Amino acid sequence: MIEFQNVAYNYGGGELLTDISLRLPPGSFHFLTGPSGAGKSTFLKLCYGELHPTAGRVTIDAHDMRSLSRDDVAAMRRRIGVVHQDCQFLDHLPLAENVALPLTASGRDAAGADLDDLLGWVGLKPLASHLPPSLSGGERQRAALARAVIMSPDVILADEPTGNLDWEMSVRLLTLLMELNKMGKTILIATHDMNLIRTAKSQVPARVLRIRDRRLQLAGSDL
Amino acid sequence: MKARAAALGELLAGDRSADRIVPPTGFTARLTSFTAGAMAFLAVFALALSIASGRLAERWSAALAQTATIRISAPPEQMAAQTAKVLDILKATPGVASARALSDDEQKKLLEPWFGPDLPLDALPVPRLIDVRETGDGFDADGLKNRLAAEAPGAVLDDHTRWRRPLVAAADRLRLLGLVSILLIGGATAAMITLAANAALSANAQVIRVLRLIGARDAYIARAFVRRFTLRALAGAAAGTVAGMAAVALLPATDEAGGFLTGLGFQGLGWLWPLLIPPLAAIVSFAATRAAAFHTLRRLT
Repeated sequence: MIEFQNVAYNYGGGELLTDISLRLPPGSFHFLTGPSGAGKSTFLKLCYGELHPTAGRVTIDAHDMRSLSRDDVAAMRRRIGVVHQDCQFLDHLPLAENVALPLTASGRDAAGADLDDLLGWVGLKPLASHLPPSLSGGERQRAALARAVIMSPDVILADEPTGNLDWEMSVRLLTLLMELNKMGKTILIATHDMNLIRTAKSQVPARVLRIRDRRLQLAGSDL
Repeated sequence: MKARAAALGELLAGDRSADRIVPPTGFTARLTSFTAGAMAFLAVFALALSIASGRLAERWSAALAQTATIRISAPPEQMAAQTAKVLDILKATPGVASARALSDDEQKKLLEPWFGPDLPLDALPVPRLIDVRETGDGFDADGLKNRLAAEAPGAVLDDHTRWRRPLVAAADRLRLLGLVSILLIGGATAAMITLAANAALSANAQVIRVLRLIGARDAYIARAFVRRFTLRALAGAAAGTVAGMAAVALLPATDEAGGFLTGLGFQGLGWLWPLLIPPLAAIVSFAATRAAAFHTLRRLT
């Protein structure tokens, strides 16, 4: 479980986030919304330890993120799948190897039926041998999702995952995330796409958080 | 130290998947291999220089411990008396182990290369030579010269050991210079490979960021770069060493008349020494790349 305790973050040019306290219970589904530059991406980076708070603390399973060694951070990241809007891949490796990267990096066998099933689940099995630069935006997002879940993480963080996708592809990706949530995964999606949020809320008990004036609030009907 | 040994073991074992995460980079590959090859080539020559200087210093040192010569030039009727006098003086001189006058036949043999075998030694005013052997501590050359001047005026001490000493010192310095050159070559190799590794790490910043994001440990990421650079350095150094050994083998054979330069090769088991250069280059590359990789990774969260 990820927990924020009175967290603040300062980029150096003033405080971006102030006094944020939040618990993401296992199996929960959250949206994080707010205007551009409000600090949504920063919030997600604090969740997986790419940034550390300038005040307060972020814990994962009661362990202070700041106190983790570099190897512990790596181990922790294998339990948190991250999907970015501008998802990055190793462009010289075929799609299947990119998706399997978390497995190979942790010394596990990447070959086998599980990888095929996963690629089939995100609809990319026919493109397994393609290189990432040849993929469309939607295909890249689905590939990033497949890579994020291949280690069967407890938490999936998605930063504007549908920002570059058309509506049909956005819904398809959302459906995949909702399926994961039904499997017990904790989902946190940063987005400003209200239609996406409405679609999700009609199908899963999602909560909507909003960053406003540097603070975290419950938004809309969750207010 | 233990971690480094473990890393070396993992590196030798290899990891196909880790090898593939770093994209092929032709330029840095060629740069690393060329640098290692060129440095290995130079290291072979520095080693040859050092070993040849060592041989020379040992040879001259051995010569130092052998003889001095006293030359007696006197009228024929005084020659026997002066020779006996000089031998008496030498017997009483501390630091002289033994001394003996060379026979006519021995002197004739010494002069043969210049005058031929039919030299009428009796008809020529050839000086008498006395071969002097020193003890380990040696004798007081100045004191002996003074005594000879006073008691056997025709005797001259040819103290050739004294001019050999600076040559031995020079040979020792040359050997040291060869070893320092090898160290400098090792340092320059490490510096060049560090630069190439840093360039590769910078060029692959996205790869490293992705790997950190998906939970790859620093050791895994570093190993991919370290293995690649170590193998390149090993291959380059092996080629450079073979070329260097071939060049040394093609030098003119050792010849007494040719002096030092013709003895600049390896001899016997000495040919095994250059074979240490490729593994040493690989170790230098391993340490340099590993340090560069971890330095870069520590800057990333």
